[in-house]
Parts: sequence; C-alpha cells; structure tokens
Amino acid sequence: MKPSAFDYVRPSSVDEAIAHLEQFGDRAKVIAGGQTLMATLNMRLSAPELLVDIGRIPGLSGIEVRGSLVSIGALTTHREIERSALLARHVPLLTQAAPHIAHAAIRNSGTIGGSIAFADPAAEWPACCLALDAVIVIRGAGGERRVPARNYFHNLYETDLSATEIITAIECPITPPARRSVFLELARRQGDYAIVGLALLARIDADKLHEVALAFVGAGPTPMLATTAMTALEGRTPDAETLHAAREALTRDLDPGPDLYTSAATKRHLAGVLLGRAIAQLMSGGDQTHGTA
Amino acid sequence: MSARDELPVQGAEQTLTRGHVGSPDPRPNARRLLQGRGVYIDDLRLPRLAHVVFLRSPHAHARIVRVDSSRARQAPGVIAIFDGATIAQVCKPWVGVLAHLKGIRSPTQYPLAMERACWQGEPVIAVVAQTRAQGEDARDLVEIEWETLPALVDMDDALAGNPVLHPELGDNICFQREVDTGGIDQVFAQADIVVEETFHFGRHTGVCPEGRAILADYNAAEHSLTVHHATQAPHMMHDIISRHLDIPEANVRVICHDVGGAYGIKVHVYPDEMCTAAIAMLLRRPVKFQADRMESFVSDIHAREHKATVRLAATKDGRILGFDLHDLTAIGPYSVYPRTSGIEGNQVVNLTGGPYRHSHYRARMQAVFTNKNVTCQYRAVGHPIAVAITEGIVDLAAQRLNIDPAEFRRRNLIPDDAYPYAFPSGIRFEKLSHHQCLERLLALMNYEGLRADQAQARERGCYRGIGLAAMIEVTNPSAAFYGVGGARISSQDGATLRLEPTGALTVLCSVTEQGQGTETVFAQIAADTVGISMDKVRVITGDTATTPYGGGTWGSRGAGIGGEAVLQSGRALRANILEAAAAILACDRATLEVANDAIVDRLSLRPLLTLAELGRICYYRPDTLPPGFQSELMVTRHYVPRDYAFAFTNGIQASWVEVDTETGFVKLLGHWCVEDCGTVINPLLVDEQIRGGVVQGIGAALFEECCYDDAGQMLNAHLGDYLVPMAGEMPDIVCAHVQTPTHTSELGAKGAGEAGTAGAPAAVMNAINDALVPLEARVTAQPFTPERILAALGRV
Repeated sequence: MKPSAFDYVRPSSVDEAIAHLEQFGDRAKVIAGGQTLMATLNMRLSAPELLVDIGRIPGLSGIEVRGSLVSIGALTTHREIERSALLARHVPLLTQAAPHIAHAAIRNSGTIGGSIAFADPAAEWPACCLALDAVIVIRGAGGERRVPARNYFHNLYETDLSATEIITAIECPITPPARRSVFLELARRQGDYAIVGLALLARIDADKLHEVALAFVGAGPTPMLATTAMTALEGRTPDAETLHAAREALTRDLDPGPDLYTSAATKRHLAGVLLGRAIAQLMSGGDQTHGTA
Repeated sequence: MSARDELPVQGAEQTLTRGHVGSPDPRPNARRLLQGRGVYIDDLRLPRLAHVVFLRSPHAHARIVRVDSSRARQAPGVIAIFDGATIAQVCKPWVGVLAHLKGIRSPTQYPLAMERACWQGEPVIAVVAQTRAQGEDARDLVEIEWETLPALVDMDDALAGNPVLHPELGDNICFQREVDTGGIDQVFAQADIVVEETFHFGRHTGVCPEGRAILADYNAAEHSLTVHHATQAPHMMHDIISRHLDIPEANVRVICHDVGGAYGIKVHVYPDEMCTAAIAMLLRRPVKFQADRMESFVSDIHAREHKATVRLAATKDGRILGFDLHDLTAIGPYSVYPRTSGIEGNQVVNLTGGPYRHSHYRARMQAVFTNKNVTCQYRAVGHPIAVAITEGIVDLAAQRLNIDPAEFRRRNLIPDDAYPYAFPSGIRFEKLSHHQCLERLLALMNYEGLRADQAQARERGCYRGIGLAAMIEVTNPSAAFYGVGGARISSQDGATLRLEPTGALTVLCSVTEQGQGTETVFAQIAADTVGISMDKVRVITGDTATTPYGGGTWGSRGAGIGGEAVLQSGRALRANILEAAAAILACDRATLEVANDAIVDRLSLRPLLTLAELGRICYYRPDTLPPGFQSELMVTRHYVPRDYAFAFTNGIQASWVEVDTETGFVKLLGHWCVEDCGTVINPLLVDEQIRGGVVQGIGAALFEECCYDDAGQMLNAHLGDYLVPMAGEMPDIVCAHVQTPTHTSELGAKGAGEAGTAGAPAAVMNAINDALVPLEARVTAQPFTPERILAALGRV
C-alpha cells in the first residue's frame, strides 16, 4: 500500500499550476484535500508522474456572497461548508448535505472543488450542484469560463473539465427563503457512500409545489437531475396520484447500476421511497432536518 | 451468595488484602497505549532490516507456467527475490490435519505456491528490498505467465466434486462427521410439530487494527532465530518455527510486543509469515513482513460460510424433542495448520441445541474445499452458527405453537438444578445457569414493556421486534481440543512470580495480551493472592525466552487457565514470603500474614516488616538469616483443566430492533447480554469483552461479508466496501452477569471472550423476524442487507 514514485510540485498561483498541467497533460494529477486521490495512489490505482498540489494557492478558499450568488472557493473544505453560517442562511441545502459526507476527519481535508472535479456520482456535492443549478468556475491557459453544473457532468468520472484546467470556485444561487430544501440519503453506515440519495428544492404555494429541483445521488453514471419527475411535480399538490406519477417518472430519469450489495431494481425502489419521504419532509417544513431517511 | 464471597483467595488460608479480584480496576497498560507508546512489530527498527513484500496470485486457481524476475531484480533497493522451490529448501511444508478429527484430509501446503495457486491472494513470489515501497515497485516488475484453471467457488459444486480441486484426494471433502443418538426418524414422524429451516451464513473475517506482522532476525553465528511476532500463541510458533526451519528449539525465541487485536486471526500458521522466517535464514539478516489492509483481506483467515438445514420436533405443549441438522461449510483450498479448518463445523455439531433439554439429536457436517481464501478459527468458532441455527428454529417452533418466545425458552432450557448434566451426544456440563440468566435478562430489558411498545408501534405501521438468543460456550479448553489430536499446542499454562528486593512483584505468564486486558487480570489476582498493592505488580507476557511454557491466548482460556496459574503461583510465593519472614523475625510462621505490602501480625494486623525490608534482607544480607535457611522468592506454578474437556459457560442475549419495511434498513434500538463466566475478575474488562464481541456479532448479522464473484475474486477487499460495524450504528449494549464459579479451579473463572460474538447474530436475526411476523416475512441469510429484507417482504 505504497504509492509508486511521482514528482511533486506545490505551485503558489493558479497560473503556475496550469503551466505544470499544460506541460504534463494527463500524466499529472491535481491534488487538493486528497480525500480520494491519496487512497487511489496508495492502492496504485492511480500512478501519475507529477502531483500538482494546489492546496496552498491563495484565494481559492472561502465562502462569500456576491449579489444573488454565494461563491465557494474550490479549496473550501466540507467542514467549512458544514459550519458556515452564511451558507446555512443562503444555501441551506449544502448545510443539510454536508454531514452526510464521510466522517468529520475526512470532511476536514476534502474540498468541494475536489469533489466536483472527481465527479463521483455517489458523492453529495455534484447532486447538490445540479439541484441548485450552480455554476462551476474553471480556469485554464485560455482564461476563465463558467459552466452550468447541468452541462458539466458528462458520464462516469467524465466532465467538462480538461486535464489542463482547474476548478477555482462553485457559484450557487442564493435560495430564497420561500424555497425549501431537503437532502436525504440511505447509507448502511453513517458516512458511507449512499446507496441512493437526493437533493430536493421547491417553493410551496397553496399546497402546490413550484420551482421544483430534484437531483439524485448514486442513481446513474453521473449525478442525475430528475427532470421528468420535476415536471410531474411542478405546480401540483403532492397528493398520492401526483407522487405516484413522480415515482413512475423516475424510471425514465434514473439509470442506476448495481453495487456490491444492492441491485439496480432495489436502488430504483429506494429512490422512489426517498422521493416520497423528501416531499413529506418538505411539506412539513422540515428543511432544518439533517438526519438520514 | 456472590461468587466473590466464594473466592479462595479470601478463604481459609487467606490473605488480608481484599478487593482487586472482582473490582473494575482500570488497566495499567492503557495509558501507555493511549499515549502512542505501544510497540508493535512495525515500530521495530533493526540494523540491516530488510522488508519483504509478496506477489500474490491474482487468480483463484491457476498454474504457474513461467516466472520472469529479471527486471525486478534490477529495480532499485532489491535485495533478493524468492520462489516457492527455493523457500521449500529451507522450510518444510505442512499438512493441516489432527488425529482426533477422524478422516480429515488436506493437501501439503508450502510457504509459497509451488506449481499452482489455489486462491486469489496465495503468496507466490517474495520480493525483498531495502524499503517496503521499493519492494512494491519491484513486485510490479515480476512477470508471471499463468494458465488459469476452473475456479471452484460454490460449496454445492464442491460437494458434488465438480470439479475435484485436489485430484490426489479423490473428492473435495476435507472433513465430515456424524452424530446420531438413534431413533430420530421415529420421533420426528410422531411429533406434534416439526419445523424446518435452512440458514445461510456469509463468509467474513476478523479485521485487526494491527495487521499481521512478523520480524525474523537470524543470527548465523549461533544458528539462532529471534522472531518478533504479532501472535496469540508464541510457544506454538516457537515449536513450529524450530521444526519447520530445522533450528534447535533452544535457538529460537519468539517475542510478542503489543499486539493490536487478534480475535483468532493471529493464532494460525501463515505461509507468508513462515516464508519471512525462512528468508531471514537465507539472507542472514532481519526481515520484516507487515500485511497491509488489502492483502489482509485475501490472506488473513476467513470464517463462517455455512449453509445449515435444521429440523426441530416438539410436542404441542411446547416441549422440544430433538434436533436434526445438516451443516455444509466451505473452507478454501487447504485446511489451515496446525488447528485445521474442521473445527468450526465440528463445533456446530457439538453446540447446536446446546441450551435445551432434548432427547434426540442427529447432526451431519461436511467441510469442503473451494478456491477461496482459507477459513479457520475466528472468535467464537462455530458458536454464532450453532446459536443462530438453534435460536432461529426455536423461535420458529414457538411461533408455530403460538407460545411467547421467552416462555418457550423457560419450558425448554436445561433446569438450573439439573447439573451435572449430559446430552445424549456426550457433551457434559458442570453447572450452568440458563434460567437465572433468562429471568435476569427479561427484567433488565423490561420484556413485557417492550412487548407492549411493539404492539403499539405496529398499530401505527412501525415494525419493531425482540430477538432472544440463549447460548452455551466452550471455554477453558483442555488438551481435548488440540493436544489429543497430535497438535503441539499447550493446553496448560504457567506463571512465575518473583518478589523483587524493593518489595515489587514481577509476574511472568505464558498467556498473552492482545489488548483485552489479560495482564491487568493477572496483576489483580497476583496482588490479592500475595498481599501486595496493584501498583507494585509488573506483568510480563509474550516472550518464550522468559515466560513459562503455555498455550497463549485463544478459546477464552486466558483468565480461567492463566489466571489460575497466577493464583497458584501467588499462593506458593506467599507461603515462601512467610517462611522468610518467620526466619527474619524469629517467630512462628502461623502468627504472620502478608497484607498491604508488609508482614503483619495475624491477629492485631500490626505491621512487623515491610516486603521491601524482607527483600533487602533476603537478597543482600542473607548472611543475617539463620544457618541453613534459603529464601525462595520466585516460584512457578502451572495449571491445566482436567475434570472436563471444556468449562462450558452460558448466557442469553436480546436484541430490540426496528425494521423500516420500505427501505429494508434495520435500526438497532437496544441490546442486552446476561452471561455467566463464573468468577468475574474484572467487571470492566468482562463487559468490554462482551460489548466488543456483540459488535463483532452484529457485524456478521448486518454488515460483514467477503463477497466473491464466480471466478473466485474477492470483490470488496478494502475497508470502503467491506463493512465493519461502526459506532454510529451500534445500540447501547447492557451487560449483566450471573456468577457460577467452576469448581475445577480455585479461581472459578470461566471464559468470557466468545459470548458476545456467539449470540448477537442470532438475537438480531430473531428480532428482525419477530418484527416481520405480521408481514409474514422471514430472513435467514446473513448478513441481513436492506436488499435481502426487501426481497423477503416482496418489495423488490
């Protein structure tokens, strides 16, 4: 369990980091918190020639409000997000999701940028970004570009990010107070990757759901935005009939693969159960709840 | 009367120091371990230390066609590369059989695979380098051409001989055994009810915080080998290393430093560890092997993997008549040396039906070879299988008869006044306390209250269940376990006690410590027996050059056997101290006693002479003692149980769960265990044993499984996917004790190490099934994953 040999650089600016990536291409790996990469290096599942440690680049960390957005620096740790009063007020979905990420010690090192760059479909932040319609801020040799999260995740571990680019920030629209959010997941042990999970946002007006956003964790090759189910719920009272229609719609929206212990069919069943529970929680105003399903 | 009042140390020829035995004394070695000052094998740094890494078979079954190590030999830091044939020249192979397991067979096993590898993870090539990292780099450069062979992974295929794994054996049966008390077909045919169920048990393993590790240091000048080893049985390993490497017994020394958990994993002979010792000889230098987590999963022994069909016959008023069992277990390609892989199935036969009065018993077990990692004895060997089979079928019978499960047990548990008691199968019990334990448990958990809660919860669609699991456990094993079968494994243990010149006491014991607090227990017994305070006692274990000879720690024997040796040794030392005191004080020995680190007047308790002063005189001024008097302030005593093959203990557990019938998730709401390990020497440590064991049992019931695919590849050989039980999911575990001391020793202690693991899976299973009764669903295949529960409910 020792990594194979690699060279290591710790650039002090984004431009310097990008210069290293331009030189080495996919023979280099960017390391931030090392949450996933350290394990894959030690298991020799990953053997880069060069490790580019962006952990000390100034200006890539921190949470701030910019107009109607909250900008979260790529190096911001899960723990900082979990504890941010700013986010609890403006983007409570992230506050709700954070405790589900691994364990406190890991949340102290893992970063939101790393999570979005790695794009594990079973991770929490990618699904949250889809539900929030967040924007991924990316820097490369040609400058900065902003990619909506809903265009960013292409396939399993495939994203819009090239091997010579770095994520610098995640921009989340401020969630208006009338729009509630719920994050639920089913994990056999606290801190494990979820079998399936979801992020749900909606505004309730006269018992009807509006501006519904629904994204799933662990239900396909990427985080999955459940657009058909969103449509089935939009503008409706979530009665039994509507819920049934939304659950049916999930069969089109989701494409889960089996894991070691759970078949695809079971995951689909569980996704439907979670949807029902999330909406019940939303209707009861349970957006302060952090618990598992 | 409590057992503590019965303690011999406070009996007729007593000491006046009371109180350590039976007290929750904190363990003196905890501070060192918590401050990070423990010493594990990987902490040792010896001059010229080399590191060995193993290239392991990537295939479950494959022939080694060609090995090319030429590129690897050129890699930086590489010292040597060895194959099976080279190591076989210095290390004799072994065969994992025992004479008393009649008919058991296994092929010859070598430290490194010779021509063929039989499981994914079997060591094939050893790469020795200056550092572990260099060794791993070089290992990647070794090229092996494999011819893959059909992998035998299913136990039914194995039983059918499809195909035969070791052609020289003719079929795949390693060991089989039948017990039949006779007449069972007639009893079952005439019984009011017969219930039948098939239970499946997943294969899992013990995950030690410290991986397996060995550092072998060969000294060519004296042809001696010092082995620093994370093992539970240093003397067994001493003997094995001596014989298999052909080094005289006197030239071998095995030292255990701190051992980071073992649970039975570290009591076996492992090919990579034997290979490491052989390499130390070949290279004439110290060589270390430290298993990493991923290779641990494919090379540490696995356990369980059983399929058991059981039938129970009973009368309509709820009296059990008999049990009929067939157990099939898959053990991997070799029976593990020297304890064999036949013991778990053998225990299932011995223990099934164990808590209950019954007149008829038939059992048949078969252990078959497969191309998965080897299985062998892991904590509570066979017990979790036997208890789950028994308690699962007992609950089913109670349900069929519409009798409350607690009441059904009350009617059938062996009465507390029936001892000594023997089963028709021949198992003998000295004295058990099933009914005391049952009643204590029901009160402790508020059984009636939980039943009321359960009924109310059901009305609101919430499914909660109570599971009970009575059990018997094998502890304090005599020579009947291994010795009679020809294994050179000591069932007796020894303790040496030495009074130091300052009045301190050194205890050397052959039983070892792996983190469970054994040394604390010995210090308590020694302190009480000699009459000395705990802080003056120092305990040394785990060094074959210094401690008495013994078996080490396994089979719940440390406290009961090692503790008795300490007690007997303490008695003898106290007598010698009093003789010396009488000589110094020129008085009648009968007027003296040892108490509170001093010689006191027996009647007035007036201190006459400190032990420090006695030590000073005996060691430095013996010239002042009467002519002809020689003090003996160091004594050794040994102990082995002889009256019974094992000290059976008993207990009962209860689990209280809530099943989410939409998700299949099980929430553990509470767990209780009442057990009887005889004399409780240290309640804190016994409760730790119980709780840790319960957690491992819950792991088996809900989380842990070594998953293999059809090609014999382990799919979850890392801690991300292999789910060990974690604190967040564990319920509060309430422990209580009934104390029925064994009269086979003066200490009266029986083992406590197996109880938690033995009963927890059955309790959890029964609780889940109790919760699901209204939905007419049952689960019988461990671990009970959400998907398995949803499938039982017909939801997926």
